[in-house]
Amino acid sequence: MAERSFKKEVQSLRLGEGEQFRGEGILAVTKALLQSGVSYVAGYQGAPISHLMDVLTDANDILQELGIRFEHSASEATAAATLAASVNYPLRGAVTFKSTVGTNVASDALANLASGGVQGGAMIIVGEDYGEGSSIMQERSHAFAMKSQIWLLDPRPDLPSIVRMVEKGFELSEASHTPVMLELRIRACHVHGHFTTKANKRANFTLKDALEAPRRDTNRIALPPATYLHEQEKVAMRWPAAQRFIQAHGLNEFFDGDVADARLQRLGIVMQGGMYNGVLRALQSLGLADLWGNSRVPLYVLNVTYPLVDDEFKRFCAGKDALLLVEEGQPDFIEQNLNSLLRKADLQTRVHGKDLLPMAGEYTGAVLLKGVRTFFEREGVLERERRTIPIATLPIATPPIASQPSADQAPDALATLVHGRPPSFCTGCPERPIFTSIKLLEREIGKHHISADIGCHLFSILPPFNLGATTMGYGLGWAGASAFNTGETSRRSISIMGDGGFWHNGLTSGVGNAVFNKSDHLLVVVDNGYSAATGGQDLLSSRASNDIRATHHPIARAVQGVGVNWVRSIDRTYDLKRMKATLKEALTTPEKGPKVLVAQSECMLNKQRRVKPQFKAAAAAGERVVRERFGVDAETCTGDHACIRLSGCPSLSIKDNPDPLRRDPVTTVLDSCVGCGLCGEASQTAVLCPSFYKASIIHNPGRWDRFRQRLRSAVTGWLQARIDRRLAGLQA
Amino acid sequence: MSTLASNGASAPRLYRIAILAMGGEGGGVLADWLVHLAEAHGFVAQTTSVPGVAQRTGATIYYVECVAADPRGRHPVLSLMPVPGEVDLVVASELMEAGRALQRGLVTPQLTTLIASTHRVYAMTEKIALGDGRVDADALLQACRRQARQFIGADFARLAEDKGSVVGACLFGAIAASGVLPFVKAQFESAVRDSGVGVASSLAAFEAAYQQAQPGPAAQGTVPALSPEAALAKLGPRLQPLAAQVRQFPASAIATLVEGVLKLADYQDEAYAADYLQRLSGLRPQLSPHEELLESLARGLALWMSYEDIVRVADLKIRATRFRKVAQEVRLEQGQMLEIREYLHPRIEEIADSLPAGLGRFLLRSRLAQALLRPLLGEGKVLESSSLRGFLQLYLLAAARPLRRGSLRFAHESQAMQGWIDTVCMLARDNPALAHALADAQRLIKGYSDTQQRGRAHFAIVLAAAGALRAAPDGAHRLRTLMQAALADEEGTALGQALAAQGLTAQGLTAQGLTGQELTGS
Repeated sequence: MAERSFKKEVQSLRLGEGEQFRGEGILAVTKALLQSGVSYVAGYQGAPISHLMDVLTDANDILQELGIRFEHSASEATAAATLAASVNYPLRGAVTFKSTVGTNVASDALANLASGGVQGGAMIIVGEDYGEGSSIMQERSHAFAMKSQIWLLDPRPDLPSIVRMVEKGFELSEASHTPVMLELRIRACHVHGHFTTKANKRANFTLKDALEAPRRDTNRIALPPATYLHEQEKVAMRWPAAQRFIQAHGLNEFFDGDVADARLQRLGIVMQGGMYNGVLRALQSLGLADLWGNSRVPLYVLNVTYPLVDDEFKRFCAGKDALLLVEEGQPDFIEQNLNSLLRKADLQTRVHGKDLLPMAGEYTGAVLLKGVRTFFEREGVLERERRTIPIATLPIATPPIASQPSADQAPDALATLVHGRPPSFCTGCPERPIFTSIKLLEREIGKHHISADIGCHLFSILPPFNLGATTMGYGLGWAGASAFNTGETSRRSISIMGDGGFWHNGLTSGVGNAVFNKSDHLLVVVDNGYSAATGGQDLLSSRASNDIRATHHPIARAVQGVGVNWVRSIDRTYDLKRMKATLKEALTTPEKGPKVLVAQSECMLNKQRRVKPQFKAAAAAGERVVRERFGVDAETCTGDHACIRLSGCPSLSIKDNPDPLRRDPVTTVLDSCVGCGLCGEASQTAVLCPSFYKASIIHNPGRWDRFRQRLRSAVTGWLQARIDRRLAGLQA
Repeated sequence: MSTLASNGASAPRLYRIAILAMGGEGGGVLADWLVHLAEAHGFVAQTTSVPGVAQRTGATIYYVECVAADPRGRHPVLSLMPVPGEVDLVVASELMEAGRALQRGLVTPQLTTLIASTHRVYAMTEKIALGDGRVDADALLQACRRQARQFIGADFARLAEDKGSVVGACLFGAIAASGVLPFVKAQFESAVRDSGVGVASSLAAFEAAYQQAQPGPAAQGTVPALSPEAALAKLGPRLQPLAAQVRQFPASAIATLVEGVLKLADYQDEAYAADYLQRLSGLRPQLSPHEELLESLARGLALWMSYEDIVRVADLKIRATRFRKVAQEVRLEQGQMLEIREYLHPRIEEIADSLPAGLGRFLLRSRLAQALLRPLLGEGKVLESSSLRGFLQLYLLAAARPLRRGSLRFAHESQAMQGWIDTVCMLARDNPALAHALADAQRLIKGYSDTQQRGRAHFAIVLAAAGALRAAPDGAHRLRTLMQAALADEEGTALGQALAAQGLTAQGLTAQGLTGQELTGS
């Protein structure tokens, strides 16, 4: 079960004709899918569309009522291949995943899909994880759209526009026999807004109809000679059809501006739909637009960023001296396209874009304001620096807002005071002890090459662990170490893989590959029972039962199934001694062949979500329950913090030293501690210090507890009184 | 589209709110309350965030915009992210996050109200330092005050804790109190009520924060240094004979001396505390012109003389005051019971240390004795100090206190201390600043087992370097650089580099005869 529940929110998916929907962007997209009459949806979780998968999961009942099949795809490639259902049948379908990492994985299927084309509307909803808060590399979905000829929709980031583009997207797909890609930026996915709903639509042609009367058409299959035909179709038929549809239905939007102002009419701004709100805010700040979106300068908003519509551009540029193109991301595909288009049409309008706006990086409010202002200054509409960004006048030195932060800038006062706060392992995370063990083991047997993977476990590369050399993609942890299958040394490499990556592709790309290539190296599979980093979704190996999916398929069995003989499972990762000993065995055993260690403990975030309410209820009901947490004796702690360097738990913190003679802060355990035991184990295993204690707090103690306590107190109380007498009179 | 931009008085006021929080702190709930509040009172509101992996304790920003709904039904175009210089209200769940808001330029003196909980959630980089890696919280507070049009700062986290709620509820109360948003208190409260989760505790936290959130500069709570008389008043009747001796010292050292005397009497006995004063008195002729040096030496000596050993740890673990402290720390409530388990891992070395010197040396030499003892120590012990068995074991260990003066460790430490004191005194003649730095270097020795060995090794190098730097006019500065480097990493990489930068090497220093072994007795 996922970390966040949408059980309540999904009820708004039942809204009928003309009602008001209020909620998050992804929920609105789901509603739009239902209004469009889809027959199937599928996807793979990952920010920013994890919640879309969670919404679909929680809405499964509603989907079933409408005859919609929902699949938790094994990977983005599986999701994309699911769209094959729309090739021969008039079935509408949508798949979703994060981009560009997911689009990379899906590329094979997407290329095949786009080659033959589709009959039913096929939509790929990509969560564009770009810019601040992004967890992946800096690439654009735009490139994938171009290479496979998939139309790219980039709606204005407000719910009515997004919903309209979902609905129109299916029509565009059908009109041009081409899959479409709906690009949702991270903030648009999570934007809260409202729109007027339509009734949900049940598809006329269903999956059942297709299965019971199968159709095929060799010309739609990507194999020569049909592929030669597909290429011709793409340029001669599907492209023009798409351009016609985009124009006829006004998918791109024109805003006239102040028609009475001749000077402003000679200028214009072209933007990706997703940039609209940011550009409008910049125009508002410059006094060139009002709050309601009335701009004084003409605007051309590309809700479809691929393909561009030549005629629309020609129309917009007519009579204009210069325009500003606001295109986020690089390379500057649209700008190149636009320049070529204007050249061919022999139009002399000057195109500004990446000359005034940065080539790379997110177009934040400050970046847009600066770029737009410069454009108007250049064109003589605004006086140079007529308006200053207030930040420039501030007494505290801050990095110039439009430029990229660079290390060589003069250190300012705040830079030393404000430290980065990257995400890290949660309190009590079962993955942390794995890395503590590796760190401790490396002190004994030396450093090892560590190939990391994608997932929460990648936080190991950050302090305090500083472990892991590369990450080559989801599930590719072991694949990333394959070159090291050399026989020239007995030093083995360590690869890390999560259960998510394992089932995504790691079983074949990593484990199968290692078996076949006779690897002698070690893979640690972090098996925490969930696809944890993406929000706690279930997997094949999840140890919880799931009403709509099959779980309980152990990773160890799968690994043995493909031929690994050396397999060890540790069912309590917090057991540092065992973990360390097993890792040591794996790295030093003379036994040849691939080695897999499955490290199993439940994701603590999800476990606490499950267990906490149960505990509270039991305690309230008067049952004897015991809560454990750790603590540090401030009197014996000397403030070296070696324990923190071996753990990094958020509940392990520091506080002022109570000893007035000492200056270094002592370690302290916050009450958020869940009693996982790592800090105690670490201080013992690493022989750190005797300051850690485990406190067991017994709620509703029983008669035996109370009897024992009385007995103990009698003796210890007497002895403690002796100690008190020794100390009496020392302190006033 | 013919209507032109109107920026006149008729334009409705747009409210722009940025919330900086860490994953799991309830920033999302706070943003939702704001949206609910606005929408319930005729406003159009929009909120966005970048959750992603930031949920996992990372820093993240929630952004809210709201504006009164247009009577003509037009939809406002709201921004999805804050623009520096155009934010009305910045809410930070923690002090460094407030600093981050300043750094990002979100807080402008002309415009922005900044509300921040002034407690600290330390960043990893602050926590993993070998010494004190914390940033200057006062500097952050000052920057907040300087930068904001209005700054509302209080420890809202503690306030929330007191009310059994989360920091978000308190911040919501502070937002209500700030008067930035066009809603009255009751409207804020009904937004909390409508959310339906933990309403009673949220409202209590809201109310407490509302009362406490007084705009303007927050009161500065600096702790005044203890006066000599006030410090001396801490000495109890049994230590009065020593009080007279303490009075003989310069006023600037008295507070430290009192703490030292208290610590050592507690650690061993009054005679030990008297030894301490005796030792320092003997040094006064050499150190008298340098009061600061004396204070540092007194501090370091007290800490060194109260070195942590098995006896000390056992002694501290079984005291009634300690049991009360643990109960308080884990918030033990009436009717609940507490069990405490200690995680210990004494090694052969620590056992030998606490034995009488001869026996200790024998143990360290005898393979047979070690082999017999090792299984008993194993991979560490978890001792339940709240049980009779565990308590008695610790009590017996603590009872070995009178034997301490004859122990192997005592002999080692005394010798090492003397080496340090002698060097400080020698340096005090021709380079007092360097001597002062070396007096402070005692700080490097701390912790247990490996940690302590590392500290001792580093200390030995610094001690030897102090000798080598004797004639250098900037010796003190150079020594302090080395001390800082010694606390930069566990492997001693930074120290090695710092030495190299000064044309020194660890080997070279120790080869001069001032070996760590001799100097520290380890």
